[in-house]
Amino acid sequence: MKSRTLLCATSILLACVPALSHAQDKKAETLIVANETGPNMLDIHGVGANRPSYGVAWLAYDRLMTYGRKKLANGVMSYDFAKLEPELAESWQVAKDGMSVTFKLRKGAKFHDGTPVTAKDVKWSYDRALAMGGFPAFQMKAGSLEKPEQFEAIDDSTFKVTFLRKDKMTMPDMAVPVASIYNSALALKNATKEDPWAATWLKNNTAGGGAYKVASYKPGQEIVYERFDDWKSGPLPKIKRVIQREVPSAGNRRALLAKGDIDMTYEMPPKDFAEMSQEKGNVKVASVPAENSMIYVGMNVTKPPFDNAKVRQAVAYVLPYDKMMQNAAYGRGMPLFGAKKPVTGNDWPTATPYVTDLAKAKALMKEAGMEAGFETTLSFDLGQGTVSEPMAILAQEALAQLNIKVAINKVPGANWRAALLKKDMPMTINRFGGWLNYPEYFFLWTYHGQNAVFNTMSYQNPAVDKLVDAARFEGDKKKYAQDVKGFIDIAYKEVPRIPVVQPMVDVAMQKNVQGYTYWFHLQPDYRQISKQ
Amino acid sequence: MLATILKRLLGAIPNLIGVIVVTFLLTRALPGDPAAFFAGPAGTAEAVEEIRVKLGLNKSLPEQFLLYVRDLSRGDWGNSLATGQSVLTELTTRLPASLELTLCGLVLAVVIAIPLGILAATRPGSWIDHLCRGIATAGVSLPTFFTGLLLAYIFYFLLGWAPSPLGRLDPYLSSPPTVTGFYLIDSLLVGDLDVFVGAAKQLILPAVTLALFVLAPLARMTRAAMLGVLSADFIRTARAAGLAPTTVLFTYAFRNALLPVMTTLGMVFSFLLGSNVLVEKVFAWPGIGSFAIEALVASDYAPVQGFVLTMALLYVFLNLAIDIAYGLVDPRMRIDQ
Repeated sequence: MKSRTLLCATSILLACVPALSHAQDKKAETLIVANETGPNMLDIHGVGANRPSYGVAWLAYDRLMTYGRKKLANGVMSYDFAKLEPELAESWQVAKDGMSVTFKLRKGAKFHDGTPVTAKDVKWSYDRALAMGGFPAFQMKAGSLEKPEQFEAIDDSTFKVTFLRKDKMTMPDMAVPVASIYNSALALKNATKEDPWAATWLKNNTAGGGAYKVASYKPGQEIVYERFDDWKSGPLPKIKRVIQREVPSAGNRRALLAKGDIDMTYEMPPKDFAEMSQEKGNVKVASVPAENSMIYVGMNVTKPPFDNAKVRQAVAYVLPYDKMMQNAAYGRGMPLFGAKKPVTGNDWPTATPYVTDLAKAKALMKEAGMEAGFETTLSFDLGQGTVSEPMAILAQEALAQLNIKVAINKVPGANWRAALLKKDMPMTINRFGGWLNYPEYFFLWTYHGQNAVFNTMSYQNPAVDKLVDAARFEGDKKKYAQDVKGFIDIAYKEVPRIPVVQPMVDVAMQKNVQGYTYWFHLQPDYRQISKQ
Repeated sequence: MLATILKRLLGAIPNLIGVIVVTFLLTRALPGDPAAFFAGPAGTAEAVEEIRVKLGLNKSLPEQFLLYVRDLSRGDWGNSLATGQSVLTELTTRLPASLELTLCGLVLAVVIAIPLGILAATRPGSWIDHLCRGIATAGVSLPTFFTGLLLAYIFYFLLGWAPSPLGRLDPYLSSPPTVTGFYLIDSLLVGDLDVFVGAAKQLILPAVTLALFVLAPLARMTRAAMLGVLSADFIRTARAAGLAPTTVLFTYAFRNALLPVMTTLGMVFSFLLGSNVLVEKVFAWPGIGSFAIEALVASDYAPVQGFVLTMALLYVFLNLAIDIAYGLVDPRMRIDQ
């Protein structure tokens, strides 16, 4: 019996040997990534496309332009919002009156199936982003790209965009994943009468010309990319094959990384990243504060007593900021409180002057005539529970000192968006980040009187609106900074939302993985990565 | 026999209709708004309305139900919004993964539990009886995700014996061409031993986790049934007639004790299929359980309905299979009588 098990084991081992040596050859040019969730479709324009699908658009499709890269102070590479670089467009020229731009497409650029890229494809793709409605249309409109008439294919390699107004977000908006260029001939071949934009086919197939082809896609399991060797829009990537698997358990992903079975992972609880960055092993963590993004406590100004600025300030003076930083965010982020200097208007997100000061908070409550306290509910998205839950408990504890009785309401991820839309939660802990890295873009979503879904406080103040609108179209740098300082000052004084922390974007990877770059869409870009 | 099977299948139709109606109503009663969820991060109130119309959620409930039944009768199970795929493809790719894992776990459990139960019953109070009780108690009281994580920690992370918990196959191997969807069978069909070994290795830890969990009911049921049968009159008679102990034990006692064990087996199997979500999560197994949970969390109606319907169908067939098997084990239980 014993010898038979031994025999069995040996034969299994022997069978593994060829597989192992085979694997060794592939390892250097293959990157294995494990994440919590993968793309739910391959088309960023599709209804309900999730965040990881932005990553597919980024790799399998090209845009006319892309952003430059820069090295941050901590040595991590980041994209450079201020610098637009050619991708599919070789060059471009903004008209003298500043009301249009003409792109020259790259010569010899091809889609994955070998068809050359023409201006017609670009026009079709931009039209599609508008026609598909929902998120892609909204993103285009954020850059004043609103009507199909704005896009014009002059000849095969010349594409013109006419501006509706002078909007500094127009050019950068053409370098975000939504503005990807689709192979119109291939897509149209798979379109039907009911589905003129081939939405069904493109969910599971790509029609792009990006640096990577999608070699296999199993939703909920894995996506495998293969390098497109004919890619002309940038330096040829070093990694030939990328396998991106879904591994839901964060603990397992950490073990996989520590054992060297995967090369990279995103989306871990901050505690794991904090520990991994301390450990001496084969793993390194690249951290960048997420641009234009914050975790905050919001108070609904339509729900008394939060209509009273004094009460809101009292809350801002009682929150245990340091404990929140340490025990909820594990120090993974930039504190957005306790600023010693006044707001300049030159940097964003910027810290508020608030610190934990119980005496001041009590005095403010007295002034507001709310010494007796009140009852309220604090809600958060369970999907963000790793950070939000300890934060909520700390807030609950602290607010009890002001006789404010807080009930905690955990909202499941699916219901969170619907709950936000109703705008009836008195207090929330939430996270918001804007793609286009401008403070006025952030404020447009979160403080502006148009009361967008992320203005969770339902805050409306004409003075803020005026400054936000002015900043968006302001050409003069000094005046612009003044506008920005103006609306930040009002927002921090009236404090309908209390900024707590600017979260980190952390990525853990093997030490031999080089060239990681932080991108505003937070998705991995394998084009710059190499393994040593 | 065939006629009875047909009759049984026909008899299942009202059940299925009931399942369709109830799941339809239940999914609609779920809190949360799929339109708001899928409008995405930039969802304005108008965008949400736009999506609601696109999804047909602005229609009245009876109207939605009729549309659903019409699609169903055409073999269209709808689309999953969260994964963007048709529910039928999702289910057909994921069900084999779950089935393969569950069957392996179950076979493993049966292979261990039945001998253990028999030994415990023939020697009540002995060390083997205590061992059986200990394993059963431990197996049933440890939650599967905990056993899973523990096994992965010990055998993968510390000892390095088990392969990485990365799903059904090592990333460097590619899956065999789909025939049955069972990697073990498909790889053998094309004669790819590498893939067979790879798939088998990936199966070990999750299958052991599942087996540990179902060991308890099976072993205890075998023991109890055997104890009951062994003290019955006909066993005493058989022994008195001088039959060999093994003949008594296996031909007479075990066969009679098998009925309750099979019932438990059927229950455990169907229970496992739907509820091994946690094991699937721990081992990144692309099965049907995690798919259903994710759909529920996203208020994604079509996959939830599809999942419940598949489960109902499976139950119908499983019960039928077990009833037929009863007849084979015990002629008194033939269903055509």
